This record gives sequence, C-alpha cells and structure tokens, in this order.
Amino acid sequence: MNNNAQKFQEDAARICADSTHRQIIGTALDKYAQGRDKKIAEFQNWEQARESAAQIKQEGLDDMEALLRTLTKKLTKRGTHVYRAPTGADACRIVLNILKQNGAKTMVKSKSMTSEEIHLNEALEKEGYRPIESDLGEFIVQLRQEPPYHIVFPAMHLTRYQISDLFRDKLGCEPTENPEELTMIARKNLRREYVQADVGFTGANFAVAETGMISVTENEGNSRLSASLPKIMITLIGIEKVVPRMQDLSLLLPMLATVGAAQSISCYNTLYSGPRQPDECDGPEEYHVILLDNGRSRLAKDSTFREILRCIRCGSCINVCPIYRNVGGHAYNATYPGPIGSVLMPQLFDMQTYKHLSFACSLCGACRDMCPVKINLPHLLLKNREAASTTQPKFFEKLAFKAMSLLFNKPLFWKWGKRMGWIGQKFHPLIEGSVIDPAQCWTATRKAPKLKWKSFKDLWKKHSK
Amino acid sequence: MKITLFAPCFMDAMFPDVAMNAVKIFESLGHQVDAPEELACCGQPAFNTGYWDEARNVASKVVERLCDVEALVLPSGSCTAMIHKFYPELFKGTSLEEKANRLAAHTWEFSDFLVTRLGVTDLGASFPAKVTFHDGCHGLRELGIHDQPRALLSKVRGLTLIEMERVQCCGFGGTFSAKFPSISSSMGESKVAMVMKTGADYVVSNDSSCLMHFQGVADKQRKLIKSIHLIDLLVRHE
Ligand code: SF4
Repeated sequence: MNNNAQKFQEDAARICADSTHRQIIGTALDKYAQGRDKKIAEFQNWEQARESAAQIKQEGLDDMEALLRTLTKKLTKRGTHVYRAPTGADACRIVLNILKQNGAKTMVKSKSMTSEEIHLNEALEKEGYRPIESDLGEFIVQLRQEPPYHIVFPAMHLTRYQISDLFRDKLGCEPTENPEELTMIARKNLRREYVQADVGFTGANFAVAETGMISVTENEGNSRLSASLPKIMITLIGIEKVVPRMQDLSLLLPMLATVGAAQSISCYNTLYSGPRQPDECDGPEEYHVILLDNGRSRLAKDSTFREILRCIRCGSCINVCPIYRNVGGHAYNATYPGPIGSVLMPQLFDMQTYKHLSFACSLCGACRDMCPVKINLPHLLLKNREAASTTQPKFFEKLAFKAMSLLFNKPLFWKWGKRMGWIGQKFHPLIEGSVIDPAQCWTATRKAPKLKWKSFKDLWKKHSK
Repeated sequence: MKITLFAPCFMDAMFPDVAMNAVKIFESLGHQVDAPEELACCGQPAFNTGYWDEARNVASKVVERLCDVEALVLPSGSCTAMIHKFYPELFKGTSLEEKANRLAAHTWEFSDFLVTRLGVTDLGASFPAKVTFHDGCHGLRELGIHDQPRALLSKVRGLTLIEMERVQCCGFGGTFSAKFPSISSSMGESKVAMVMKTGADYVVSNDSSCLMHFQGVADKQRKLIKSIHLIDLLVRHE
C-alpha cells in the first residue's frame, strides 16, 4: 500500500468514528437534498434535461479544439490575452508573469477549483505574492490553512461556532454566533482587499465559443468584484468547459444551480468577453484568460474516459455519495473528492498515487443517477480498477483470485472447500474479530455469516433425484 | 417453462434455503427448474477488483453452460447485474462476445422475473408483520428493479411495508467491505439505524449479501434487527 492509500485508510477510519462530524455533514447534505429535489421537480422533464445537457457537453468535447480556436479568436479580438497552459506548472508561471510584469503584490480570487488543482496559491505564496480568497467558504478555509472540504461548499464541515472562534483568533473580532454577522465580518475584511488588490482572479463554469465569452456563476457577488475593481483580471478555465452556443447556457446554468446548490438559478451569472472597451466606463484594463489542459486533451482522446470531461463540477455526485457522507471531504486528500474525484484523480494525475480512491467505493451508483450530464461514474471506477490491477497487480490479490477461479471452476474443489470451511468455522469463535483472525477485516466490526453443512448444491441434488 | 436457477457462491454456501425456496416457488407455479451443478460463481469478486482475466476465467464457464437456456434466474440483484450488465462488457472483443450477449438477454433477477416475465404477484403468502425493504444497489440502479419486489410484498397477507427515510447503500460492496472495513461498517451502521427508525419487525431485501452485511453489523453491536430474504418471506404462511 502506498503512503497516500495508507493515509486515506487512517483518515477515513478516524472520521468514520467521529459521530459529531458525520452528523454535521449528514444534516447539511439532507437539507441540500430536500431543496434539490424541489428544484428538480420544477423542471418539466428532468431526465430529458440531463440527456440534453450530456449531449451539449459531449458536443463541446467532440469539437473541442475547433471551439477553443473560435473562442480564442473572439476573445483576442476584444483585446483579451489568451494563453494555453499544457500543465498546471505552466499555468502558475503565466499567472506569476502577469503579476511580475505589472508590479502586482496582491491578487483577490473568487472561487476556482481549477486553481486548487494546480496549487496556484502555494505557487504564488512561494514567490512572495498574496492571494486572497474572496468566496466566503474559501475565505474561511484559507484562514484555517486547509484545502476546501467540498468543491461547491468549501466550509460545509464547520459550524458557526467554529467560524466565530476562527474569526476571533485570526481577525481579532468579537465572537458572534449569528451567521449574518459572521458574513458581515468577512465582507468588511474583504472589501478592503478588493480596493487594494492589483489583480482580480476568477475561475469559470463555461466558455461560449460562439460569442467568445467566459461564463461565471456565483452567489455572493465576490467574483464580480474581483473582476471589476482591480486593474487586471485573470480567468483560469479548463479546456473542457467550452460549449458551442450561447443558448446552451439556458439549460446548463439552471441545471448547475439546481443540483449544485438547490437553486433555480444562481444569484449572479456573468459573461466576460474582454477588458474595458473604449466606449465602456468600467471593467479591467487588461483581461487574461488561461486555458488549462493539464491532461485533459489526452483524456479527450480516450474513448472510455472522455465522458468524464463532461463534468460541470456541480458536486451533485459528491452530495449523494454514501462514502463521502461517512469519510468527509478532507480524507480523500485530493483536489476533487467523492465520485468525480475517484474517477478523475487517477486519470488526470497519477494512477498509482490515487488508485485506492477508485477502490474506495461500494459501486452503489447513486452518483450516476444524480449526475446532470449523465457520467457513468461507477462504470468508470470499474475501468480504473481494471487499469490499476492490470498495470500493477497486487501479488497476493492476484494469487487469491487465481486460487478462487480454481475453487469455483472445479466442482470437487468447491464442494470440499465448503466442507473444510464448515469444519474450520467450528474453531472460529475462539479468535473471531481478534488480530489473529484471518477474516479480521470483516469480523472486527461485523459478525461472520455461517457456512451451512448442506449447501444448496447438496439440497438440490437430493431434491432433483 | 424451463427455468434455470443459479444460486451464487455465497448463497450456495451460506443461504441455501433461499435458493431452495425459489425452486419451490417456481415448481408450485408449474415450471420446471434446473440448477447447474458445475457452476459456483459468476466472477463478480474478481471483476469488481479489476482482475478481469481471472473474472473471465470463471465467467466463461457460466457463459458456455448457460447461453442457450430458456431463462436464467438469480436470487440476487448483484449477480444478475454482473451477468446482464457486465458480461457483455467483460467479453467484448473476445470469442465469447456473442454468447455473452445472448446470455445477458435472458438473465433475470428473481422478483423481476416473477413480476415482469411471469406476471405473477400473488403467491398466496401471509406474513403478519411490519417490514421495511432494502433495495440492493445493483438491482436498483443497474437493473432498475424497484417496484417488482414491492408488488410482491403488497400481496402478502397481513404485511405492512414501511419505507426507510432514504434509499441508501448498506456499505457491503463486495471486496470493498474487506478493503475498507471502517468505511463499509460505518455505512452499515447508518443502515441499521435507518432500519431501526422505521420500527419494522423485519428488514427484507432481494439481495442476501446486503442482508448478511448489515445483519452482521447489527449482531456485532447487539442491535436487534431481523433480516429476511424476500424469497424466504414469500413462502411463509403464518
Ligand atoms: S461528475 Fe456529474 S455530478 Fe459529479 S461533479 Fe461532475 S457533473 Fe456534477
């Protein structure tokens, strides 16, 4: 087992045993699910909507390079600087260069999981720059110096009491348990930053090729402020987010809001197409769009896995995942947790480092049913498992399955295997659940089922005689 | 009709009565039953763990033996999903592809077969108790089986069905339960709590593996829940 896998086992076991933590997450997810179902019911035909959304995104992927060319052309025409970053490190370098060239020091950021994926904050801090997260949840986890707990709700694991303590310790303000007051504290702190920041940074939800626009969805208005107050604006977007037409957003935006946050539509939906134009009175002086590849174009060519690029990062699969519900977001130790992450992390990054996540799933399929773009997540997990076990099989595991095929394929072996098991289990209670129990991985927490002396095959033989 | 019943490995060894009761039900409806003696397992454990060669090793025997039977029925949603949904994938591009597809097309889960294929819902059973029903995930989401077992339960005399607050996996997941015991048991615990919250006397399922899992969790924690396979319930006359 590699270190990552070991750490996952330990962290997962710790969180699973923490009933308070599970309670917080469970309550939040239940509340979300109720709201989501109400919003889904507002659709005339939710299943048809999923079908269409999947098609739109698939079309975007099938035609990705051409659409990106159109997008780039249109954005450039309005004075936007567009870059293509093959890797995360390249994207970080581009951001750093923009900061350097402009003598910038601080950068106010709105929510962007893509920036988490490339570890942009660390890269900036290492060079002495100050990235400031302006999304409330991100602001909180940044103060706690921890990664987001969830791709949509970064601070869902914290109670308002914990947030109050955090603000008291880090911002020196009076403790309060009133959520609104807590929000106001964050806001007061952030407003100052917006005005002083040299650069504003946003993530993005979609890019519309037809019109050359970047679509950003948010609920707090922080993204708009990040985009409009500083002189320079940067957007980082994964290349798979491109869709062909403007009209596609009329379906994708409400769907994203519905399963993402149980809303009919998010509070602010903005389209950015370039820096301030000569006839405009506001907007940034410079606009930079970084198109991030980081393994995506390779995945787009993989006939099995390309569908994972349809993902709109709504978090819906995470919210219904019973594993996530039990182990929480941090145990995954991955930018993208939950089902989407368990498929994507090994594919986008390193199979051997992240393969354990593909196995950490009971394959219940709840994620697939709730995915707005119909990604067959459990089947892709099975494919990941196959890839992992084919490229680097575990010696004893492979041996065990080889032995099992022998046991299953030879009726005599199967018959006597069962008999011997039956005899063996007579002595099992002596060690059941202890460390010397060979079945400890089951019996430590569960009673073992009993083998019967007469199996179905025995009963059947007698019956059919 | 000639029905071939395949009792999967763990059922053969640990829950033989469930499969025997399935035989009785089919025979009482006037069908002829066959049970292949040389087959033990569908290959799902190896398949789910990524060892597809080893899975094919076991599964090819199943395909060869059963591809031409009239109807194959399994008293487990999970193993049915393996044959119906995953065999075509497992054998794609191999010499058994066509046979695997043929087999998949006439493979049925027990409750689905009774209700959809045979059109039977009332087996004359009576079971005066409050029960709740656990949907095995593979049956529910790979095969879309939800209404069929409920249709059968609705005809059982004296039975009251109380649904759980949420449809959720019990945490078994085959080799997952042994690879990640803490997560799996923690999921099992939530399931036990959900079952107990309904106040039902019994929890019923069409998958023995799920029942085995959360009954095991409950027994370990000395929580009193009683589980029963749908098939066992359908032969009760109380
Ligand atoms: S995989 Fe589907 S459900 Fe999960 S985040 Fe992506 S789009 Fe949403």
